[in-house]
Amino acid sequence: MMALFRRDLAIATRSGGAAMLAVLFFLAVVAVAPFGIGPDLNLLARIGPAFLWIGALLASLLGLDRLFQADREDGSLDLILMQETPDLILTVFVKSFAHWVASGLPLVLVSPLLGLLMNMGLESTGAVMLTLLAGTPAIAFIGATGAAVAVALPRGGLLVSILILPLAIPVLIFGVSASYAAVTDPDPFWPPFMILSAITLFFAALGPVAAAVALKAAAD
Amino acid sequence: MQAKATNLRGRRGDSVVFSAVGFTLQSGRALVVTGPNGAGKSTLLRVLAGLLGADEGSFRLTDAAGIDLPVAREAHYLGHANAMKRELTVTENLSFWRNFLAADQPSGLSVDAAIDAVGLSGVGHLPFGYLSAGQKRRIALARLLVARRPLWLLDEPTAALDAKADSMFAGLVTAHLERGGMAIAATHQPLGLESVETLRLDGVHHAVDSEHGTWDDRSEVRA
Repeated sequence: MMALFRRDLAIATRSGGAAMLAVLFFLAVVAVAPFGIGPDLNLLARIGPAFLWIGALLASLLGLDRLFQADREDGSLDLILMQETPDLILTVFVKSFAHWVASGLPLVLVSPLLGLLMNMGLESTGAVMLTLLAGTPAIAFIGATGAAVAVALPRGGLLVSILILPLAIPVLIFGVSASYAAVTDPDPFWPPFMILSAITLFFAALGPVAAAVALKAAAD
Repeated sequence: MQAKATNLRGRRGDSVVFSAVGFTLQSGRALVVTGPNGAGKSTLLRVLAGLLGADEGSFRLTDAAGIDLPVAREAHYLGHANAMKRELTVTENLSFWRNFLAADQPSGLSVDAAIDAVGLSGVGHLPFGYLSAGQKRRIALARLLVARRPLWLLDEPTAALDAKADSMFAGLVTAHLERGGMAIAATHQPLGLESVETLRLDGVHHAVDSEHGTWDDRSEVRA
């Protein structure tokens, strides 16, 4: 399984890989916000966490449809599917995790830079980074299910995004509310953060199972 | 070891592409599946590999004591696609499959030895995408060597290969059979193998909702 993790990471980081694409999209979305909203620093600081989260959510959706489709096109998926179901679930988990490390983790790492653009304070930036770290894996695991359902569709990209967006909404809600709670005084930080982490754990367990079942069903 | 298919029926969508297909294959034997385009050769191989559910019938792999073995773990499947990543080098591709396919411990040839065996020494460092179609197919054949599995399911294995590579391929399969392996290949071309059995699919399609059991035995195994 380490071999699969290394392979997927190598593919994502080489030329034409999905890793840079997500980061560039994230940069583009957040970098234009101050120009559109105007130079009101207080307003930027206030909407900053939410804006970073929306940008990160949309950037995470990019490239998800290729998670299994690329393997299907070159025939690798057949060999991956020739596994017993428990092994297949583990394989899907590893693939989703590799996808997150390649395209989700960079979003977490560049978020302080974008926090600067949104005039966010140190504490607020740290909170966004922490919530992104806890929340974006959930999007990868939910996305694996969507990608598996749409694996046989030639233009599945947008469909995958639409399929998984409703499931990703709770991640966004609790991610943003935890980020705000860190800087707004009476609101507690830990309850929404714990729920966010629970959502990630829940989908880490359920997503690969659903994706494995969908892949088996889509075999032709 | 023995592979036995009984009364297999396979379909694509609503049309039955083959039915009542049966054969028994012993260790060290090869079966060549022939038939016109669309006769269901690929479908049959995918059913045997477990990638498609059989409409009817069964395919079982048993060891000498008659105990069932999981086909998916004992079989190599080589489809039309080569199952290699263009972005990775040949060596990276093969060592990935070597690790991935041998779940416990690597059992086949080393990656370099497998590349040598298909006659492409020295391409290991190149990205797979740089190779020609024939070279890609040869590397796909090298995958069969890096992890040892007794049953080879080959779908048009010699597509894009030149005459010399054809005989190289025949040599690989013969060596595999001599070690007690089995091979089932769907092909249009003679594979240069000696002592193979032939299964011919005639390619007559039927609608699914035809009455069951009225078809003639449309496939036959000739030694």
